[in-house]
Parts: sequence; structure tokens; C-alpha cells
Amino acid sequence: MGNWHQVATLEEIPPLGARVVATQQGDVALFRTVDGEVFALRDKCPHKGGPLSQGIVFGRKVACPMHGLNISLEDGKAIAPDVGCARPYPVKVEGGVVYLSLA
Amino acid sequence: MKRMKLVMVGNGMAGVRTLEELLKLVPDMYDITVFGAEPYPNYNRIMLSPVLAGEQGIQDIILNDLDWYAQHNITLHLGKKVVCIDRSKKQVVAEDGTTAKYDRLLLATGSNPVILPVPGKELDGVIGYRDIQDTNAMIAAAEKYKKAVVIGGGLLGLEAANGLAIRGMDVSVVHLMPWLMERQLDQIAAQMLQASLEAKGLKFLLEKQTQELVAGPNSSDGGRVIAIRFKDGSEIPADLVVMAVGIRPNTALAESAGIYCDRGIVVDDTMQTYSPGIYAVGECVSHRGTAYGLVAPLFDMGKVCANHLAQMGIARYQGSVTSTKLKVTGIDLFSAGDFTGSEQTEDIVLHDAAGGVYKRLVLRDDKLAGAVMYGDTKDGSWYFQMIRDGKNVAEIRSHLMFGQSHLGNTGHQGQNSAASMPDEMEVCGCNGVCKGTIVKAIKEKGLFTLEEVRKHTKASASCGSCTGLVEQILASTVGGAYAPQANTVKPLCDCTELTHEEVRKAIRKEKLLAIPQTMEFLNWRTPNGCAACRPALNYYLLCAWPHEARDDPQSRFINERAHANIQKDGSFSVVPRMHGGVTNPQQLRRIADVAEKYRIPMVKMTGGQRIDLFGVKKEDLPRVWADLGMPSGYAYGKSLRTVKTCVGSEWCRFGVQDSTQLGITIEKAFDRIWTPHKLKIAVSGCPRNCAEASIKDIGVIGVDSGWEIYVAGNGGIKTEVARFLVKVKTHGEVMEYSGAFIQLYREEARYLDRTVHYVERAGLDHIRQRVVQDAASRRALYERLLYALQGAKDPWAKDSVNPREFAALAL
Repeated sequence: MGNWHQVATLEEIPPLGARVVATQQGDVALFRTVDGEVFALRDKCPHKGGPLSQGIVFGRKVACPMHGLNISLEDGKAIAPDVGCARPYPVKVEGGVVYLSLA
Repeated sequence: MKRMKLVMVGNGMAGVRTLEELLKLVPDMYDITVFGAEPYPNYNRIMLSPVLAGEQGIQDIILNDLDWYAQHNITLHLGKKVVCIDRSKKQVVAEDGTTAKYDRLLLATGSNPVILPVPGKELDGVIGYRDIQDTNAMIAAAEKYKKAVVIGGGLLGLEAANGLAIRGMDVSVVHLMPWLMERQLDQIAAQMLQASLEAKGLKFLLEKQTQELVAGPNSSDGGRVIAIRFKDGSEIPADLVVMAVGIRPNTALAESAGIYCDRGIVVDDTMQTYSPGIYAVGECVSHRGTAYGLVAPLFDMGKVCANHLAQMGIARYQGSVTSTKLKVTGIDLFSAGDFTGSEQTEDIVLHDAAGGVYKRLVLRDDKLAGAVMYGDTKDGSWYFQMIRDGKNVAEIRSHLMFGQSHLGNTGHQGQNSAASMPDEMEVCGCNGVCKGTIVKAIKEKGLFTLEEVRKHTKASASCGSCTGLVEQILASTVGGAYAPQANTVKPLCDCTELTHEEVRKAIRKEKLLAIPQTMEFLNWRTPNGCAACRPALNYYLLCAWPHEARDDPQSRFINERAHANIQKDGSFSVVPRMHGGVTNPQQLRRIADVAEKYRIPMVKMTGGQRIDLFGVKKEDLPRVWADLGMPSGYAYGKSLRTVKTCVGSEWCRFGVQDSTQLGITIEKAFDRIWTPHKLKIAVSGCPRNCAEASIKDIGVIGVDSGWEIYVAGNGGIKTEVARFLVKVKTHGEVMEYSGAFIQLYREEARYLDRTVHYVERAGLDHIRQRVVQDAASRRALYERLLYALQGAKDPWAKDSVNPREFAALAL
């Protein structure tokens, strides 16, 4: 898996918060959990396209700000009984720096 | 850690629900083994009647298929009846010799139909009505025989009789008492029910006591029943006799093991039997002297039992009020609570014999004690909820009989009776959900609660105005299994058992100042809550400890984090404050300049006399605010929104008071206060009320001699006219009384309750007491409001803005 882009420092994403990265593939949301894990999903809810980056992060989930669907940060899938998936992107944190791969 | 062993005897709804609750709490604590005497996985026993009536098949009523047991690594022994509990060896033994050891044992052995001790009870063609096997036997008999007699005119008996009649049998119902369903209905309702069932072809023999079941005379009958003889000597022919005279807790196994039973396996409030490590739930149980035969209480028990099996040790089962609904298509009947009445009770009765409607409400000490309804049951859930909550109904007594006014409101074509709606009619106008979709989900997925229906179908999950309709659909589909959640004990969310009130009390008492600290102290189940509890906690902390509690932006909805309203395309709308709806050329010029500079696609007047700029990009927000040079209008917040005014005595020839100036004063004073939900105020300068103050959270109406203050109005989902609070003389008094009301609402309402919901629950008398009658209380409330407001900063001001919230990252 190549093409890692350095996009932010961990510091720049608030705990239980998110930041948006504008890419050629559209906006990608970076989420940070309370434990400092970072996940990346396409910033588009599978339900009606709401910007997931604007939702409330809890555990390893985010609640879409539009209609409250809960999306798993790990794989982008809606929590049952809802269905749908926001595309997940590979992301890694090394030495306090966040790298995103759009591959 | 080695897992403990949990053995469950009985594989029915109560037991399996307990396991489901347990697996939700602690998925890995136990190795679970289940013994079921029937050869089927857990099925929905209350849906046997629709199966008998041919409306559904067996496969439709399976709740947990075999895959479910496999997925959760549950060892399932089907068709194996446990015959012995060896308490010293801690193991159970089944009929075929299978044994299983346990650390905890859960008895969920259910109940048996009562078989009358009359001669002939063992004949062929005489059956109880309890399980799939009985149902199949009835279906088979209906194909071959003609005459059926059902003994017992209760819920189960009538459903059985109806099913057999639909299958073409000639059915008579024999009942010992003078009227049907005497434990659920009074005589008038029972007679109306009987008439409708007679119209469907059923026959009734009341006050008849069965003496003997008569066997056929020759061997060709194979010892089959041919008739039923009564004590009065009369006799009617019967080739099938269904005994539906009641159920009896199945305690044989427990008794043989020496576990204390008294008309049921006796359990305490933790669902533990007298024998340590052995729990019991369901119809086999006797709790505080009562054995329950309806599903809703059994689920409550399951929840409590799971809590203790999971070693959390906090839940208590304190008994249930039950309600009944007959599942016979085309008949609407509902009863709940104690409706027999006594010298201490009062009745309110509505009886339209020709229209087929009867309603009787029984009140005791200004509280609803019971309700019986026939023909029009749409408010059944509402009454039931009030019975369970013990709500004081003195204030609403005069219109109590006419039901819940908001049912017929917007979004569902004025419909307020689910029964009369066709399947394809839309129930939920927000999410486009039709009645048929809801019914299908309830049946196929085995849903029992409003929350489950919301999760699966989205019906009533948005604005909630169709909640009453969805409850009706749920109640008529699952019958007696439906129990609305009692308002008084509703937990804040799935992360805790505690109610809003309990959480707030702890925050005040322990001086909790931050969300993580609160969650830790209150043993939250989740590490950092959910999207429902975090905003509530954030508000409760700020309300209890102004200037001390830590505001957590990550626990606020995006609108309050970005200080603007998110729109469907992810852009935002911006509403600057215009106190009292008054603006001037300078402000309008700046707004026009901003709209052009940032290419704002739409500029619109709001309903609250302000200007809204739509389609602003998030990253532009801080610059838009700076260029506007106006304070935030808080149009995005659970906070004071707008103070709408009419022009008043300064210009209007009818105006008697200066409403515009008072509106400006109020808005300037209370601006920037956080509240449980949005708060709207209006001030009118005369009783013509052009500011529409009567549908606002606080409405102030000028009269010649002063100001009338109204509270708890609402113009939205639940159109509600504001109620008169007090009349005062001066601007200063209006400020103090309305401020005290705002603070009381802030301190006592649940997060996301509008004032209308809060006042409905707390009662207007309570509000009057705290805000009007008790002057010291009013002043204290007002002072606490002013203290909370001290030094509140405009979130749009340059030094308030957190630039990181608004800037996107670059690749």
C-alpha cells in the first residue's frame, strides 16, 4: 500500500472530533477517538449524503448530523438495523503525524 | 478467565428475551445451555391466534431461528424436557438422560393450560390452547369436524373461537361468568363485544358450568368427545373441545427440586428464587403474590434478571400494570389497570350504543386508575401510560375523555385512528413509511417496543408527531404484549439505567463538572457515551454549574459547534440577531454586501422576524460573521431563539402597550442562554395578538392595565395554545416572572423537552407555585438565571471562534 499522504498532525484533530481533507476523490473525514486512534471515511453518509465529519463521535462510531444514522468508523458500515456503507480509507499515525492513503 | 455456565430450562419468550438482554450486557460471561421441551426454537406465542386464524404460518412467528443460537454459541437441546434439578451437584437432567452442569440456573418453564377436573377430560378431541402442537391439533380438527366448543370466554378462548370459526367450524363459547372477559371488561363493553362476535357467527352460552364431556357410544368414535353436558342438565354436541379457562404456572420441576413455590416459583425483586444461584422469569413466576400471563411484564422481568446475571446488581422488578388488547380482526377493544371501581373511585363514561363506541375511565384521587374502551381504542396507549406513571389528571379532567389532542396533527392527513387506515396509507410523513410496512416489520422481525419499530422502520423517528399512530399499530399487531415505556422510569439512553432526573441529581449533589467524570461516577456502560447522552450531559453540567462546568464542543450537535444551521447539502445558514425584529438601513446594507461578497444563494425572512442567509460554506462562516458585525441570533441552538413583536402602541392605533420595546428588552436580557430545547418568545401590544404570542414558549400580551404572561405554547408538531400564568403591571415584573419560568424550565425539563412537554409533565400548578405564588422562589430562580447569563460571550465574536473547527485540511 503506497501513496501515503501526510495530512495532519494528530494534534490537529480534536479527540472525539473530526477534520475534513479535500481530495480529488471528494471530501474525506478523519476521525479521532478518545484513545487517539484515527479513522478515515468518505465524508458522505450512505443514507442521504450527510457530511459525517460534522457528526458526534463516540466509541468507534459517528452519528450522522443529518438523520442520526450510526456509522462504524472501522469499516464505514451503518450499524444494524440500518444499512449502507461509507467508503473507508487506509490511515496511519506515526510519530504524531497522520498519513492518509487514497488507494 | 474461565466462563461460568448458565443453564436455562424453558425456551420461550421470557427466557430467550432474558438471554438477549444478557448477551447485550455481557456477551462473553457465560457458556449458555438451553433446554426446550418443544421441538421448535423460540417463537412468538402470542401470535398463535393469527396462525390459528390462518393469517400467518408457523415460520412467520419464529423469533429466534436456529442460526441465532449458533451465532451466540448457545448449546440448544430441543424436544428435551428437564425432569430433575440436582441442586447439590448443580446440574439438570433431561428425560433422555442428557445432563448439564450450571453455575447459574434460569427457570423459564412457563405455564400450563388449566384442564377442568371433569369426567371425560382425557377424551380425544379435548385439548388446551397453549403451544404450536395444540394449534396444529385445532387446525387438523377444523378440517375434519364441524362442531367446536371453547370453554372459557377470556382473551385466549375468544381468540381460539374466532380462529376456529374462520376455519369453518360451528363454534360455541361456554363461559361460567355472566359476561365475557370479566377480568378485562365491564358488562357494557363485554355485551358490545359479544354482539360483534355473534355477528361473526360465534354462539355464546353464559353462566354455564361444565359437568361432563360425553364420549361417543361406539368404538368407531375411538373414545372421542361428542358432546358437553352442563350442570343444569342441558347438553350441546361437540367434536372438538378447547379448554381455555386459564393458565397455571408450571412449577412441577421447581417443586420437585425443593425450590419454594406458592402459586408460582417465588422470586424477589431481583428475579432470584429462594435457592441461591437459581433465577426464574416468565409465566412460571410468582412475584409479590402475582403471576403474570401477558408478555410485557415478562420482558420487564427479563431485563432485570439479565442485569443480575451480568452481576451488575442494580435493577429491580417492582411489578407491572398490564393492559389487554384483543387480537380479533375488526374488533377494537382495550382495557388497562383497575376498572372495576369502588367507593373511592369516580367514573367518566362515554357510551354511543348505535355508533358502537364505549369508553369508561376510572379515577382515584385525581389519578387514572383504569380504562375500558370498545370501538375506539386510539387513546389506549396514552391512558395506559398515565395509569403507569400515576400522573395527576385533575388539570386535564374536562377533556380527558376526548383523548390526546396531538394525535390528529400534521403529517398524516389528519388521521388519528390507525385501525381505519389502509395498508398503503402513509403514517410517517417525515420518513415516508406506510402502515403496511410497519405491520410487516413488527410481524417479521418480532418487534415489541416503540423504540424497536423506530429503529427498524424509521416511523416516528424524526419529528415524532405520528408516535400515537405507530403505538396504535404496534398495540393492535402484538396485542397484550405491547406496553408503552413508563415515562417516569425512562433511562436517559442505552448507555445507562439512570433517568434524566437521577443523572441531574447526581451532578448537583456530587458537583460533577465534566462529562468523563460524570460517566465514570455514574458507571456509564459505554466509554464515551453516545450521540444522545453526550449533548444532554453537556447541557445538564452547564445548567447546574454555570461558569464552573467545562463546556465540551465535541458533545454538542454540529449546529451549536459551528454556531450556524447545517443544511442538506452540508452548507450552513446564518441568522444574525435582530432584537425584537427591529433592524435599520446600516444592518440591511451590511447584510446585502455580505450576500453579494460571499455569493450567498438565498436571503430569506424567517418565521421569527429575522433574516436568514442560506448556502454559506463552512469555511466562510467566520468571515461572514466578521463582515456582518452583528451578534449571533442563536437560530441554531437549544437556546433563546427570537422574541417576536408586533409594532405596539408606538405606532399602532389599537396598541395599548409598547410591545416592541418590551420585546427588545427581553431579548437583550436573556439572549445567549442555553435551554433544554429551543425557546421562543413573543410580545403583543394588545389582545389582537398580532405577534402570535399564544403559540410561543412564553407569550406576553399587553392589555390596558398591564401584561398577561402565557407559557408552554407551541406552533410546531404539537399545536398547543399557551396557558395563562399570571398578569403583571410593569416591564420589570414581566422580566422577573418570565425569567423565573425560563430558569425553572432549564432546571427541571429533560434535555430536548420543549416547554409544552415539560409543563404537561410537571403540571401548571407546580409552575404557578414556583413562579407566581412563592415570591422567594421566583426571585431565587431569576437570580440564578441572571448569574448563568453573566459574561456570556457572543460566539461569533473574533475571540470566540475556534479557527480549527472551520478550516479544511489540504492533501
